[in-house]
Amino acid sequence: MTAEPLDSRVEHLLRELAPQVLGAVARRHGDFAAAEDAVQEALIAAAAQWTADGIPANPSGWLYHVALRRMTDHVRSELSRRRREDTVATDVVAEWAFVPPPDATLDANQDDSLVLLFMCCHPALTPPSAIALTLRAVGGLTTAEIASAFLVPEATMAQRISRAKQSIRASGIPFALPGDAERAERLGAVLHVLYLIFNEGYASSAGADALRADLSNEAIRLARMLHDLLPDDPEATGLLALMLLTDARRSARTGASGELIPLDEQDRALWNHERIAEGVALVEAALSKGVVGTYQLQAAIAAVHDEATRADDTDWPQILALYDVLMRMSDNPMVALNRAIAVAMVHGPAAGLALLDDLDGDARIRGHFRLDVVRAHLLERLGDRERAAAHYRAAAERTLSVPERDYLLTRAARLVSPDIS
Amino acid sequence: MKYILMMHAPRGNGEYQIDGWSPDDFKAHIAFMRDLNRDLIERGELVGAEGLTPPGQARVVCAGANGAPVVTDGPFPEAKEFLVGYWIVETDTPERAYEIAGRASTAPGPGGAPLNMPIEVRQVMSAPPTDL
Repeated sequence: MTAEPLDSRVEHLLRELAPQVLGAVARRHGDFAAAEDAVQEALIAAAAQWTADGIPANPSGWLYHVALRRMTDHVRSELSRRRREDTVATDVVAEWAFVPPPDATLDANQDDSLVLLFMCCHPALTPPSAIALTLRAVGGLTTAEIASAFLVPEATMAQRISRAKQSIRASGIPFALPGDAERAERLGAVLHVLYLIFNEGYASSAGADALRADLSNEAIRLARMLHDLLPDDPEATGLLALMLLTDARRSARTGASGELIPLDEQDRALWNHERIAEGVALVEAALSKGVVGTYQLQAAIAAVHDEATRADDTDWPQILALYDVLMRMSDNPMVALNRAIAVAMVHGPAAGLALLDDLDGDARIRGHFRLDVVRAHLLERLGDRERAAAHYRAAAERTLSVPERDYLLTRAARLVSPDIS
Repeated sequence: MKYILMMHAPRGNGEYQIDGWSPDDFKAHIAFMRDLNRDLIERGELVGAEGLTPPGQARVVCAGANGAPVVTDGPFPEAKEFLVGYWIVETDTPERAYEIAGRASTAPGPGGAPLNMPIEVRQVMSAPPTDL
């Protein structure tokens, strides 16, 4: 087997070491924003030098050394700019002047990457900011890569990340794990951000948009890292399981022309059965811990779908039972909407449609296009082709996803055309 | 959320005849656009922006009977307005998109007075599809 080229080995190594080094620098000096800048510069220097001269014996020590040197240089030039000569200034320089040699072992703390994740996903940041910052600081992606993934110019993304760092600095969030009281809420924010990243990546078809496909894999990588850091946390396990079980279906999800293929029509031979097996095992491990959370339940539902060899073999009564539990924990009307589909599969379309009528009374979801989508599916099952088509078209007008719109219009067209496809 | 902001101008004798403005007016207009774009980049909101060449330079292309393109002068003479340029922005709320459009609308024209041009704002379909 030929060795991996130096370029990609360097790239993988830098991605892996970036959060560790950033964690160590930020923990030592407290200024996350300045630390992130310094580590970025060290990574750029490493990318150039290591591909030319080879990877040093102590790569993490090298990065740490260079990052601290950069920080010291910044502080020195900042101080000389302001021409402060009092003792405070001298103390700061003295403290930062000690930069360990390049071969010293990195003073890494087990918790550093976890702290980084909590910081980057802080609820004070908007989701797009949190996503960008997480991909940079924890994922080790370059600004250009993140910009490309989200289809914005690099300068725009650079500013977005910079502003996110300034928000963190301005908010005074300490570089430390959250206390027990807010831990659950903060972890929820982390899980949410990782899931948003996954969803963005999962949207693209595998062939056409290779860069966006990497976002899903990146989210899985980060979720795996989180799971390794918190092996006993059932929701972190649940999230990783959910991602694996969902991603397993990726290849079957889009057709040759990029069109969306729904679950009941997918070619299950194209599913990734290794990922399914791993996801199922994780779900079982998470559920066995007793505490049941929403990600675990969603993962359990995905597992039931993925374990069916054919769509007709799907254990819908079990899915319905899982939705019943999910409903007790979550007030989200979208859950009720998905449960209505399960009810329809177990008790017939009329029963599902009756639930949708109830949801019409919920202000949070009334008029939402997904209500039209589900209604259309159930009316189609009932045999009411005309009304189903009308609802598909109504939904198509309000969805914000082009592939989804095309799917909905196609379904409407199938119902109206004389040939039943 | 991504939005497209489209700046339209009336054809014919409308105010947006930049080739008839004084050099100072023109300079102020360009500076306004440059400042707006720079601010949007700094806020992490700009996805793209372009000014378009005037309608006199537009062509309308249709495939002909044999598939070859047929090129005619354009745009359609019935159109009362033409597209001057556009921005694509990514904002946290629709209100912020309207705010940006409102600012763009005040771009200065003759004598430095704000043009108050209409800006059409439409959301771009950039969402990922839901798992089916």
